[in-house]
Amino acid sequence: MTLNQLTAHEITRLIREKKVTAQEVILDIFDQIDKVDNLIKAFLVLTREEAFKQAKGIDTKVKNGDELPPLAGVAIAIKDILAVQGVETTCGSKILKGFIPPYNATVITRLKEAGAIIIGKTNMDEFAMGSSTENSAFGPTYNPWDLERVPGGSSGGSAAAVAADETIVALGTDTGGSIRQPASLCGMVGLKPTYGRVSRYGLIAYASSLDQIGPITKDVIDCTLAMKVISGIDIHDSTSANIPVPDYLTSCREGIEDLKIGVPQEYFIEGIDQEVKIAIDRALKLFESLGAKIEEVSLPHTEYSLPAYYLIATAEASSNLARYDGVQYGYRADNYKDLLFMYKKTRSEGFGDEVKRRIMLGTYALSSGYYDAYYLKAQKVRTLIKEDFDKAFEKYDILITPTSPTPAFKLNEKMADPLIMYLSDIYTIPINLAGIPAISLNCGYSKNNLPIGLQIIGKPFDEETIIRAAYNFEQNNDVEKKKPEINPARCKEEA
Amino acid sequence: MTKKIITKKEVEYVAKLAKLEFSEEEKEEFTTQLNSILEYFYKLNELDTKDIPPTAYIISMPNLLNEDKVEPSLSREEVLSTNKYIRKGYFQVPKII
Repeated sequence: MTLNQLTAHEITRLIREKKVTAQEVILDIFDQIDKVDNLIKAFLVLTREEAFKQAKGIDTKVKNGDELPPLAGVAIAIKDILAVQGVETTCGSKILKGFIPPYNATVITRLKEAGAIIIGKTNMDEFAMGSSTENSAFGPTYNPWDLERVPGGSSGGSAAAVAADETIVALGTDTGGSIRQPASLCGMVGLKPTYGRVSRYGLIAYASSLDQIGPITKDVIDCTLAMKVISGIDIHDSTSANIPVPDYLTSCREGIEDLKIGVPQEYFIEGIDQEVKIAIDRALKLFESLGAKIEEVSLPHTEYSLPAYYLIATAEASSNLARYDGVQYGYRADNYKDLLFMYKKTRSEGFGDEVKRRIMLGTYALSSGYYDAYYLKAQKVRTLIKEDFDKAFEKYDILITPTSPTPAFKLNEKMADPLIMYLSDIYTIPINLAGIPAISLNCGYSKNNLPIGLQIIGKPFDEETIIRAAYNFEQNNDVEKKKPEINPARCKEEA
Repeated sequence: MTKKIITKKEVEYVAKLAKLEFSEEEKEEFTTQLNSILEYFYKLNELDTKDIPPTAYIISMPNLLNEDKVEPSLSREEVLSTNKYIRKGYFQVPKII
């Protein structure tokens, strides 16, 4: 076993016990990246030199007998939508190619203080718009479980990197499912916190009322370690909540006999893959055997989530992406004769198709004469969707659903019709609209060895309970614990 | 929400607002795609939302204000390091007037 195959909690223990050094960890990490990333293509940028420098720093602390911070020596990969000072941040877009942020996102500052070692920036759908990482301006990422399939999106690079042991943990972001769905398709644990739990300072905005940063990890304990570090109020983000951060690590080990679990019937209708349904049913039986009570519940406005989301998210995106005009950062078109021309050329050449599509939709929805009919209407439907969850949580502690209607699909399979791609997120989107937390973890494999994800949804700011449910499930299920065999022979396109 | 098909002229107007330019072929494609997406959105009309308040933010928090204190921040050099079009402490753009 090489060190890159371990979890964060194993690595921090080994370093503390002086059985391995942080430099050895980083060596194994970059060995793995050099071995497989030409097939997986999870990374856009690697920060080798800086990573070794940080590792040396940790090792010096160990030698001096200093107290070690909680994530000392843990390699972490960062989705390329988060500002890392001095490191190119592109958001998967041509329009930010070459952009070097002059500051760190708050989550980055906190991770560095916790001793985590940033190893690089991961690939993503452009500006987080997509569910497969095929919308990256720099080429797709490939699913380590089957190189002909997508890793999901938009945090596909992060999820694939963790699944392929190219990193110990990763950060992703989630606006409509972009942490949970790729975590599900790659067999990893992915958590989207309650809106406001984690600071968005330094997160390049897609939809400001929906975006959240969260961890993608190999197991639930690692998720608790990452969450403890990144969560909490931040003076730089006025939408971050002034609510104390619990110790997720200790509370997760308690049992779940007290839990009342709701299963929303609207999530089990047509469109769901039979193998996914079977895996979820098996998982529910396990929860029952652990003492939880399970009942069906209705979230009657579920089917309106997708249109409401795509109106709200695109409207907010059209506003957030108006800043990309070539003036202060990023790409600027050549041969412009005046300012307006410069704006139009820069944006038309710099943005990809899906981004333009969503900007157009959002601009239309907010334009004079249409604002009430589209954007305002969607905001009212959002209230109804949130109320569905509020009512359900009066009776239940958590809700359980599949994360994705299908396991990983093949590259190009859903690119022809944007609406088909949008439907990949039907189980994750309502959670963002309601602002509540949700975690995805593996609950089985399909006949062709593709991971199937289980989603556990919680009350606002109750990450503790969903983490506890996830931990109990993880520790007691009989799903085979295995890693993907990264098989170059199955990859059509050789390095 | 009236069931109105978005025309190519409207697509051109929205593009103007969004500061995007498209070829004729792209305009046709966008008109078709936007139409099918918008048609799907008409679903929302099935719901009576007359007396429902909109939700803009999930957390109900009052406006948070900071103390009016000057604190260290990014230096001018750091802020003006983000592209190559900087002249004498300004971002240079084509003539506006």
